[in-house]
Amino acid sequence: MSSRHSEQAGGTATKTMAKPLKVVVAGGFAAGKTTFVDAISEIVPLTTEAPMTNLSVGIDDAGEVTTKTTTTVAMDFGRITLSESTMLYLFGTPGQDRFWFMWDELSKGAVGAVVLVDTRRLGDCFAALDYFEQRGLPYVVALNTFDGTLAHNIDEVREALSIDPAIPVVAVDARDRTSTKQALIKLVQHAIARRRAQR
Amino acid sequence: MSDPTPAPRFVRQFALVKGRARSIGTDLGLDTLVRSTDRGLERRPALGRDQQQVIDLCRETISVAEIGAHLHVHLGIVRVLVSDMVAHDLVALSSSDFDESGPDLGTLERLLDELQTL
Repeated sequence: MSSRHSEQAGGTATKTMAKPLKVVVAGGFAAGKTTFVDAISEIVPLTTEAPMTNLSVGIDDAGEVTTKTTTTVAMDFGRITLSESTMLYLFGTPGQDRFWFMWDELSKGAVGAVVLVDTRRLGDCFAALDYFEQRGLPYVVALNTFDGTLAHNIDEVREALSIDPAIPVVAVDARDRTSTKQALIKLVQHAIARRRAQR
Repeated sequence: MSDPTPAPRFVRQFALVKGRARSIGTDLGLDTLVRSTDRGLERRPALGRDQQQVIDLCRETISVAEIGAHLHVHLGIVRVLVSDMVAHDLVALSSSDFDESGPDLGTLERLLDELQTL
């Protein structure tokens, strides 16, 4: 398959349309995905929502570390218009592995993924790390500092999660536009390095 | 873009697309961009309510995912609606030069530049 989208042939749309690019924002439950998207999106993040079923109670229990009261099985997404020719979409995906069918769709043709990690709940990101590793999608690991501090330093987390030295691990304040932008820049730099290495 | 909360939907979602769950011919990604064509704008008065909403939303280029969020229908429905409209030249889609393995090096380098100047 050489192209997912067909150019409108001989149509009445004469202007050249922007090209979409997308980044997947993944991570465990309540790791700050929507906050991350919201911090840098030019639109209020939109949601395709479906309520959690009773089956997920327990599985998705965020426990005592969070006050999050609602969750969705679909995704929040935001948009950044970078130029006339580029629109970047950020899709936050549900962190649970039963939503892998959505990860497949989102990963197809993506620039890469930002895996957000709550350092108080390191295990929550295993599914996402495994997924992107196996899929070969470029990703960076972003440790969300929440209240401005990290529960563990970057080296400890890298060690604990056995993250390959080639994978960037950064601290990020998901509420902060500059910080999220830096994480995206890291991701694109990493994707570029991977592309060059493939040559 | 204004986003007034639409009136509650009384029609079951699949009724909008006559029960079809698959789109014809066009493989639409969540991030595929859609824009109304001149013909779509001309034909707007003759179209059904949902197609009119799509035409209005796509006066500016937006993604398939955004159309779904604004219309409050799930993505399967949007795909069928939009691909029907593509077939009738009411809306046009963005092209994409890259395949499933992601953007090429040139695209990534341009993206990096644009992010850094954001």
